Amino acid sequence: MAEARTVTINMGPQHPSTHGVLRVILELDGETVVKARPVVGYLHTGIEKTMESKLYYKALPCTDRMDYLAPMSNNLGYSLAVEKLLGIEVPEKVKWARVILAELTRINSHLVWLGTHALDLGAMSMLLYAFRERELILDVYEACGGQRMMTSYIRIGGLAHDLPKDFDRKVRDIIATLTARLEDYEGLLTRNEIFINRTKGVAVISAEDALNWSLSGPMLRGSGVARDLRKDEPYSGYENFDFQIALGHNGDAYDRYLLRMEEIRQSLRICRQGIDGLPEGPYRAHVPGVVLPPKEDVLYKMESMIFHFKIITEGFAAPLGSVYQAIESPKGELGFYVVGDGTTMPRRIRVRPPSLINLASLPRLVEGRLFSDVICAIGSIDIVLGEVDR
Amino acid sequence: MAQTHEPAIVKSETSEGNDARIRRFLRERFGEAIRHEEVFRGDLQFTVDPEKIYDICEALMEAGGLDVRFLADITCVDWHGHSEAVHGRFEVVYNLCSLAHRSRFFLKVRLPETNPHVRSLVDLWHGANWMEREVWDLFGVTFDGHPDLTRLLTPDDFEGHPLRKDYPLVYEQPKFSWNENDPPEVIR
Repeated sequence: MAEARTVTINMGPQHPSTHGVLRVILELDGETVVKARPVVGYLHTGIEKTMESKLYYKALPCTDRMDYLAPMSNNLGYSLAVEKLLGIEVPEKVKWARVILAELTRINSHLVWLGTHALDLGAMSMLLYAFRERELILDVYEACGGQRMMTSYIRIGGLAHDLPKDFDRKVRDIIATLTARLEDYEGLLTRNEIFINRTKGVAVISAEDALNWSLSGPMLRGSGVARDLRKDEPYSGYENFDFQIALGHNGDAYDRYLLRMEEIRQSLRICRQGIDGLPEGPYRAHVPGVVLPPKEDVLYKMESMIFHFKIITEGFAAPLGSVYQAIESPKGELGFYVVGDGTTMPRRIRVRPPSLINLASLPRLVEGRLFSDVICAIGSIDIVLGEVDR
Repeated sequence: MAQTHEPAIVKSETSEGNDARIRRFLRERFGEAIRHEEVFRGDLQFTVDPEKIYDICEALMEAGGLDVRFLADITCVDWHGHSEAVHGRFEVVYNLCSLAHRSRFFLKVRLPETNPHVRSLVDLWHGANWMEREVWDLFGVTFDGHPDLTRLLTPDDFEGHPLRKDYPLVYEQPKFSWNENDPPEVIR
């Protein structure tokens, strides 16, 4: 029996620690991973093809079904891309509201990550606390767009409705609550010996490798590369906000944990600045024929009603040309490559999914390591299979 | 502890200067390979000769001052049934970033309808591996020299390439596969 040293096992696609339907084929030598091959696509629904068969306006609800833990980021990325293609400038209030919502979304996504990652590593109470605080953010979503997850609140040219009356109070509540509770989370994990042993020095990737594997977001910054699109390619008025980029040193799972905790702090900082400086004004750009007129006008003004009808039924034609708009989503660089061909439907909508491209590095992270590190590595990449498979 | 970092470079100054540098570099080194060049809504885009894409990317990577180290994305556009298709039905788009200068530009190649193929960039960037697999899976563009050009999102026995414009929108392939390409231990 000298030749059969390795054994091949199948992990997933229904394994709870794979955060969805990810399948990994592992070749093990004892407890050491010799080869790992992630298999994706179990959730492939052809969202890009669906979007290409719809009017620009009607393709928007498809976006929040990809990364369903960060719906507002997806709405924002798509809206910005179409606005760039059409050359629309949105009012200041919209920009500020979008930044606040995008940062709340980052906190939301990081909280789910924190809870599930800690749960994978055996810290069960973390999940309950993280989901408790996440409810507060979902309450804001509900007040804004009427939905807790598939919000579709950020629209092309503005927002779906005006901000709710108690938006200010709700966001301030979240800032106060989370600032206090982050201390509790860190008390549970940061110096927890079990957690440190499971994450420190695990799933390491160097800065050079991270760049070569096209990683983005916390995966890249955890290795010490200061690349954050909010600073590098500011969109939606991020250049007006004072915040810092969190960076790791070692590129391991523990650094990425510390980094995401710091990112929550920075996001709270941005939210506070946003809510303090939120300007007054319209919640949609005034671009007749392209951006829907406000609902109040549709009920009383004939022209508004005609525009509303025309936008919904026949849409608007986009020019021939291609644009790329990337945003810093909680998972990394979320890009929308939108190609207009002169008709009312997009020729191509490509979503650059940060989860998929970060996941491609999984074999690099786990090969030569212990089997139990695979769980930690998958958790620390922070994937959402809805976005991986689309 | 995770550190925080305040970047020193302001984008607006360096990005435009770097766009000009990249344009000059490509014109000088690969002038005859550039077929079209445009700036649309601020995005710098070059259409280049498909034969030269690997050489161009390699040269960009090695040119120290440009710092093109990050391949953000590879994707494809199908121009089937559009007047643009005369330049080639498939348009493969490479999305490249220059990190230190915070600028982004696009290289595009046009490929014909029959047997579209282009050289793989996996030797330069590991990240290109899954991106090229996805383009092969959904558009059927072959990447020469790719180490593992298999389907990424659709099943192994899927027929056709679903993101092509002539692939029907609501067509399902109701099939059960036994993952024949897996190692035999996994199937049992």
